[in-house]
This record gives sequence, structure tokens and C-alpha cells, in this order.
Amino acid sequence: MAPVTEIWRGTWVVAYREILRFLGDRSRMLSSLAMPILFLVIFGAGFTKAMGPLARGVNFIQFMYPGIIAMTVLTSSLFAGISVVWDREFGFLKEILVAPIGRTGIVFGKIAGGMLVALAQVLMMLVLAPFLGVRLTPAILLALVPLVVILSIGLCALGIMVASFMQSQQGFQLLIQVLIFPLIFLAGVFFPINNVPTWLEIFSKLNPLTYGVDAIRQVFLGSGLGLGVTVFSHTMSITDEVLMVGVLDAILLGGAVLAFNREL
Amino acid sequence: MASIIEVSGLVRTFGKIEAVSDVSFAVEQGEVFGFLGPNGAGKTTTINVLCTLLRPTSGSASVNGYDVLRQRSDVRRSIGLVFQQTTIDDYLSAEQNLRFHGYAYGIPKAVREQRIQDLLQMVELWDRRKGNVRAFSGGMKRRLEIARGLLHHPRVLFLDEPTLGLDPQTRRHIWDYLRDLRQREGLTIFLTTHYMDEAENCDRIAVIDRGRIVAQDTPDALKDAVGGDLVTFAADDNAGAAEEVRERYHIEPTLQNGQVRFHVKSGETFLPEFVRTFPQRLNSVGLRRPTLDDVFLSLTGREIRDSELDEKELLLQGMAGRWRR
Repeated sequence: MAPVTEIWRGTWVVAYREILRFLGDRSRMLSSLAMPILFLVIFGAGFTKAMGPLARGVNFIQFMYPGIIAMTVLTSSLFAGISVVWDREFGFLKEILVAPIGRTGIVFGKIAGGMLVALAQVLMMLVLAPFLGVRLTPAILLALVPLVVILSIGLCALGIMVASFMQSQQGFQLLIQVLIFPLIFLAGVFFPINNVPTWLEIFSKLNPLTYGVDAIRQVFLGSGLGLGVTVFSHTMSITDEVLMVGVLDAILLGGAVLAFNREL
Repeated sequence: MASIIEVSGLVRTFGKIEAVSDVSFAVEQGEVFGFLGPNGAGKTTTINVLCTLLRPTSGSASVNGYDVLRQRSDVRRSIGLVFQQTTIDDYLSAEQNLRFHGYAYGIPKAVREQRIQDLLQMVELWDRRKGNVRAFSGGMKRRLEIARGLLHHPRVLFLDEPTLGLDPQTRRHIWDYLRDLRQREGLTIFLTTHYMDEAENCDRIAVIDRGRIVAQDTPDALKDAVGGDLVTFAADDNAGAAEEVRERYHIEPTLQNGQVRFHVKSGETFLPEFVRTFPQRLNSVGLRRPTLDDVFLSLTGREIRDSELDEKELLLQGMAGRWRR
């Protein structure tokens, strides 16, 4: 195990480069926002009238918006792992691997970088809020940021874990796509999961992202609208959900560090 | 004083293939030490073990007195690396690449910025420091990598096929830097190559073939060991002519590419006498100093290019093995 100073230096050096690259690559910045915006605009326009309010004072687009924020975090974070595959393919990974920073520091750096990128994208998405009739206050923003951070850390770790086993970018992208769609569709991004068939409800409640989506939704819309996720007839509070995500983060972080450490 | 690189009984296997089998050698401080052998002979594997990228299957290795398994961070601080494949980040500028390296090795700011300037000037890239690396030629990228490998004042610089795929002019240019560096910083240089002329730049060479070191000495001593100058000739009946040589001079000639070849001491005086008295009609006669090619040939019975074909097959087999795993 590398000493703490080396892990720390590795974390910030690697994260620093991730951010430099993100800022230098505008096409990536914009294209990763295209999907969530497309969903918002098309689904929003298509369903808002047809579905009517989902709860008192909450129409479909207001309901969906926090879900789309969570979806942005998910896509952005999972794809953070691609930089590992990319670095492997283009050789730069070796430069990092032979530096005196230790594998754990590299993993933490990639995660920190991916998390900051996800956060930046969420903040960009927030610009849309006023146009969609979504209420955005400093208090909401203050609660949202740490939620996005803890949700992103676990997902980045998952992406890096997958990337540790992949040799090509195509392979990685394919696998992540296969992972992303069920996670999003089963997370209650587009519909409340309390009034769906039992089989769907079971899958949704097994999906950890569900609780991330619900926590973000509670931050935006408040609790007690009757839309919250219930587990064994206990309605999950933000605290419950944060705890859950936190435990999951710890597991996925450990997994990512182990996976990345397989070779020296 | 202990050697700066010490390797003893090193073995590394990939599945069933033994890439490096029982390799031992030592490199002294300030030496330019070359690993010469065909592709797939185990050169890169050895480098990867020495720079802590691969765990040895058995045996031990130390660099700058640090064990490559137990003192990885110390080893990493002691070495600079230029890999076969480029490891420059194309999305960063030349300067940003070096600065990243400086951060990663924890070099204090004052030292870092001065060193970046010195090294970029040395490899003549200072004017291009803000330039996007994507627009750099292969030679420029290689020079940038050499500068980067030296940024943290390493004791040993590892170069894995440093001039692979570069034109002769650029190759010569890079060697000028390396010689200069060695003079100024007392750097130890460990390089692998399958270019014979490049190996001539080394103080000592280890010839490696199929994972084993088959000879280890200075280039001149290796060439002398071949048995003096190389005489080649072609006659109408090469086999008969070879027999003739065997009887007259008690030398064992070889037949290759339609030529008879044999080695003699002081070829300049031997050749006139040979041509005058040889009974058969000679179609061509040649004489040259032995090259490292000849060294490789006499050590392994194959030319380095021929063995590369073998290695390609070996590699394909290895890949097939990986798929099955």
C-alpha cells in the first residue's frame, strides 16, 4: 500500500488531467448533454398534457426533471471509466502506472475527475430549470450538490471497475450501454414506481439508482407528495437513501481499487 | 559499489509461454547497456519487470538498490522511461505533458519549471512548447518523451526501442542527445533494440534470444569472438568450393544465400593469397569486419530478421492462447 501522501498526490494529479481534458473537449461536453435534453424536450412535450398532474402542483415535466438530472449523473459517471480504456489504448496509462503514485491514487483521481465532470454537467442542466417551471432555490442547490457527489462516486467506481477488464473502447461502450438503459428505465426516471406491475416494481426497487433518483426528486419537489419510494411499506427518507448510496459507494470503491490493482 | 541494476534468475511466464527464462545480468552506474534481440525475445518483458509494471514469476531484480517488488515507489522515482509505444497525451500541449509529469513525481515548482525549460531546449522543442502534441511528428514525440523521462532526475533511463519507426536522420539526432546526457548527468542508460547499428552505441550488450541471454560483452569483444573478418564468395559450385576451403584452411564455412562464408583473422592479408591460389573460378569475393548481425547469427544460428518471422508466429500462438484462457 502506497503511503497516504502518494495516494493524495495521485488523486489530484489524475483528477486535474481529467478536468483539463474535459475542458479541452467541447464536443464531449455538449454531446453528453444532448440525450438528457432530448428526453426532457420530447417526453416533456409529449406526455405533460396527456398525463395531467401526477400529484398536487406537479406536472409530468416537473416530475421527470429530477430524474433526468440523475440520469445525467449516471451516464456521465459511468462513462468516466472510458478514460481508463482510452489511456490504455493510447499508451498514456503506462505513464501514469510507472509514476510513484500507486494504483489506489489513480483510481481515486479518475473517480474525483469523473465526479467533478458529472457535477459540472448537472450544473449546466440546471440552467433549464426556470424554462420548465421547476423551482430552484439556493437551498435546493445546496442539498443537490452533495447528493450528486455521493451518487456519482459509486457510479464512477462502477465504470472504472468495468474499464479495468476492457481492452477496447468499443467493448467498453457496448457494455456500458447495456448497463445504462435498464438502470435508467427501472429507476423511476419517467414514471413513479408505486403504481406499476409487481415484477417491474421488484426490479425497480432492486435498482440502487432508484434511490438516487428519489433522493434528488425529494430535494426538488419536497417529500410527502405520495410519490416516494416505499420499501416494505416504509417510505424512504432522504437520509435513508443517502445511507444506502453511501454503503454502495464504499462497496463499489473497494471493487474498483481491487479491479485496478490486479496487475502490479 | 553495487551495480545500479541487478537481475538474477529472472523468469516471467504468460500462461504457457515463457517470455523470459532465467535471465541474470548487472549494469554498472554510468553505463549504456543494450539488450539486443529480435522482437518477442523477451526484451520488453524484462524492461516491464524492471520498471515495476510486471511481477516476475520468479527470480529477483533491483534498480538503484531498490527491490522492484518490495520498494516500487523508490524504484519508480529512480527511473525514467521511454516506451516503445508513445505515451504522450495528445490532448495536452508539450509543456502540459511535462508539467503533469512534474506533478505526478512531486517535483517542487521552482525546480520543475527550470528543468522543463532546460530539457525542452535540449530536445529543441522549446519553441513548440505550447503546441498541440497531435501535430507533432513521430520524432518530435519521441524527443518529448525523452525530455519527460528525464524531468525528475532519474538515475537510470530505460529506452524500449527508442528509435523504432524513425528515419535514420532522427535516429542519429536522438543518439546525439543520449550521448550528451550521459556525459552531463552521469546517467545510466538501459535500452532494447533490434537495430544492430544502434547496439553499436552501447558500452556493453546482452544478446537475448527466446527469453535467454546467449552472450554478454562489449560490441567489439562480441565481434572478435565471432572469429575475425568475414570472407564471402560465390563460385559455380559452392558446395565443392566450401569443401575445398575446409580442406585447405581447416575452417568450417557456411553456405548462405548462394554464398560461402567463413571467418579468418586479418582478412586483408588472407584475401589476396586466397584469390590467387584458389583452384575454382570465383564469381564474386567480399570481405568485411564482422557486424553484430554476424554475432547474432553465430550465436543463434539464425539471422535476426529470420528469427523475427519465428517470433511473429510465436506471438500469434500466444494470442490464440490468450483467447482460449
